[in-house]
Amino acid sequence: MRNVSKTYFDAAGTPHVALDGIELEIHENEFFTLLGPSGCGKTTLLRLIGGFEQPTSGSIAIFNEEMAGQPPEQRPVNTVFQHYALFPHLNVRRNIGFSLEMLGRDRAEIADVTDRMLGLVGLDAMADRMPDQLSGGQRQRVALARALAPQPKILLLDEPLSALDLKLRQKMRLELKALQRETGITFVFVTHDQEEALAMSDRIAVLADGRVQQLGTPEEIYDAPANRFVADFIGGSNLLEARVSARGRVRVSDLGELDAETGQVESGKPVTLCIRPEQLVLSASGADGIGPFQVIDRTYLGNAVAFHLKAEGQMVTAHMPRGGARGQLDFQPGDQVYADFEAGALRVLIQ
Amino acid sequence: MALLDRRDKDIRNLPGFGTMAVVAVVFLYAPIAFLTLYSFNSGRSISQLDGFSLRWYKAVFANEGIQTAALNSLTVAVIASSVATVLATAAAMATVRLRFRGKEVAYGIINFPLMVPEIVTAIATLIFFATIGFRLGLMTVIVAHIVFCIPFAYLPIRARLASMDAGLEQAARDLFARPMMAFRRITLPILMPGIISGWLLAFIISLDDFIISAMVAGPGATTLPVHIYSMLRLGITPEVNAVSSLMIAASSILVLISAVLSRKTKT
Amino acid sequence: MKVHGHTRLAALLLSPALAIIAVFMIVPIGITTLYSFLEPARYGGVIWEFSTDAYVRLLFERDIFDDTLSFSTDYIRIFVRSLVQAGVATLLCLLIGIPTAWFIATRPDRQKTLWLMLVTVPYWVNLLVRTIAMLLILRDEGPINDSLQAIGLTSGPLPLSYNNFAVGLGLAYSFLPFMILPLYAAIERFDFSLLEAAYDLHANRWKAFVGVVLPILRPGVVAGSLLVFIPGIGAFLAPDILGGGKTIMIGNLIGQQFQGSRNWPFGAALSTVLMTLTLIALMWSARRAAKAGTEVV
Repeated sequence: MRNVSKTYFDAAGTPHVALDGIELEIHENEFFTLLGPSGCGKTTLLRLIGGFEQPTSGSIAIFNEEMAGQPPEQRPVNTVFQHYALFPHLNVRRNIGFSLEMLGRDRAEIADVTDRMLGLVGLDAMADRMPDQLSGGQRQRVALARALAPQPKILLLDEPLSALDLKLRQKMRLELKALQRETGITFVFVTHDQEEALAMSDRIAVLADGRVQQLGTPEEIYDAPANRFVADFIGGSNLLEARVSARGRVRVSDLGELDAETGQVESGKPVTLCIRPEQLVLSASGADGIGPFQVIDRTYLGNAVAFHLKAEGQMVTAHMPRGGARGQLDFQPGDQVYADFEAGALRVLIQ
Repeated sequence: MALLDRRDKDIRNLPGFGTMAVVAVVFLYAPIAFLTLYSFNSGRSISQLDGFSLRWYKAVFANEGIQTAALNSLTVAVIASSVATVLATAAAMATVRLRFRGKEVAYGIINFPLMVPEIVTAIATLIFFATIGFRLGLMTVIVAHIVFCIPFAYLPIRARLASMDAGLEQAARDLFARPMMAFRRITLPILMPGIISGWLLAFIISLDDFIISAMVAGPGATTLPVHIYSMLRLGITPEVNAVSSLMIAASSILVLISAVLSRKTKT
Repeated sequence: MKVHGHTRLAALLLSPALAIIAVFMIVPIGITTLYSFLEPARYGGVIWEFSTDAYVRLLFERDIFDDTLSFSTDYIRIFVRSLVQAGVATLLCLLIGIPTAWFIATRPDRQKTLWLMLVTVPYWVNLLVRTIAMLLILRDEGPINDSLQAIGLTSGPLPLSYNNFAVGLGLAYSFLPFMILPLYAAIERFDFSLLEAAYDLHANRWKAFVGVVLPILRPGVVAGSLLVFIPGIGAFLAPDILGGGKTIMIGNLIGQQFQGSRNWPFGAALSTVLMTLTLIALMWSARRAAKAGTEVV
């Protein structure tokens, strides 16, 4: 799949921009995720690729083949729908074999492929059940098998895990990733769950307001958010208002100055500092870092302790692993603490 | 005591309402039951029971006029309800699944036959056929019935389609089904209970009609209700009772079928 | 392009149903209105000459000898009778229907289904057959009169049939299920747990019934009344069979113009008036429904 670009206007009286000049290139064999909050246009984008809607402008090509005007049944793309859309009047086997039937394959081949798919998703014993006799996880697998049966070049997945409970969701993440590696099919996965996206994807496109906010590997997106939105949306970052004081230095109001990669930003300009909660180091003395912050609250997370800090109207959260590998843990609400940062952990975002 | 007080204040149990419900059911069934009872009378009287016999049913089955009329009624009902069901299904697909201008107008026209008094429909249809010089016969009855059967077939089909997930059709398209194929293999089977109840409803409504058929039926195209009506000129005879009882039985069976069907699909 | 993109396919799917209704119902009603302004031909049909005679006839009688018009209430009486009979039938249906629907809606689910079946099945029985059955029990020699005489309450048969009483009762009998179902739907929608408050506010359940429940019933009452009243005005079979031709209504009068009397323009005029009355009633209720924010019919 090469060179996808489109703008889509949904006209309901006044034009409403769902997707605004999206430029994306998704590679072969890639687990690609469209991540964003609801209403960001990610599902619309998926529906455009699937052919359920047509772009207002721009074009989509799949393996260098222009898709404009091609109905869904003409595209080498299959979809796993959010609520699975299993055909209620057909059993599991007929559901999975449906596409092959539509393509006019002979019975033997259909039976063969269906059996293989049933094995792939581990539902051999359920072949003759009706969809309403299956659990949520089993339905999910049928939907997956059904979409994979015709061996699409691209598999679209529209929040397929959102209807499952947490435990099952985590299990299915691993299975989906394994399945993608096994089949070598390009997966385009839509989700609003950043954890899900980070866990499975080769690359992620973060979408908001119909635009791509950042495109990159999970590491790039997590460690180097391109803007405030991405930083805030991915992994609950701390955002601190600051000002560039000199080249390579930023000042956080009266709390102190820090070393940071300021790039081309001029002195005196306001910036936003982004720090992950787990990259904060707390200490009682003001030798390093900025402060003082007041400890507002502490919560046990199991493997870590979260401290909620406040100073000069700015809120900061720090996650300290238990076992004391990184600083002290014995702060109580009301204590004064100073915060330091691991080298390179601080990101400077231009406002 | 407190419990009694509670019950006394519970407006779910109002005194006399249960009795009234029983009265309503008696009111609804007594005449029909009485008619059926007398259809088994061995004597000629319709006010005095002489004994049990099937002689009037035998008379009905031997009556050529009744046979012809019954056959006409069935022919009209089968054709009219089938055609109306096909048209109503197409109309429901458009009004539920598609976006287009003038949908309100389309609804208005489809439901229009429900709003016109039957007698008006009857004479308007008669005047129409007379004006265009179309000879009255079974064909005119069928056409008139198709018209008023359409909204009756449309309502259950539309309801069923509206409750069906449109995503299923998209899933079928996604799985390489062309639009017609997606309709045949996915939409139609899922829609079937609605289509069947629509058809049954139209069928019963067609069989029920008297005044429209009476106006537009040509010679030899008499339907069963029209024929029974003409039998009434001689007063209510045991034969009228017998053929009426047969119609009661027929409609009861149809209602039962549709009730069973709707229960099956509700789960 | 996106919003109205389906217009062509929609037209394709809708046109057969719409065309049939338009050609065989809407156009005929238009022609009927046209006919009401023409001269009657001697043996049915019309002479294509403009005339308002059909409407004049509704109110005036033309003297055969000197062609003068004199005011006549003959036809107005039939119209009034139709409205009154339909009204009486509606009231009767409300009287039976409200307690019945209330009773059914407050039963446990399983009983509910059974009761609903019980009250709907008669609707599916042929109307002519039901009307005959009604006549059968109302006759002078029918079971009601027979048993009344047998226990000595009356010495001769009560005049139950072939009069206005029989027609009103017959109309109520014909359309009772139409009343019960919308009433039931309205009551069923109501959440009885909300009434806990009403227990405290009102001294007893009758006051609660009048103060809280009747407003809840209102949409059902409006819908049900409409479903009984409108077909009631134009009814043909009940007045014809149960009235014995003595107490005819508009429906019968219209029918006569196309059978015995053969005055098509007059029949067309009567139809046009009936149609207009019906549409007014429907529009009035649609307005009310729109105001109340609920859907009727």
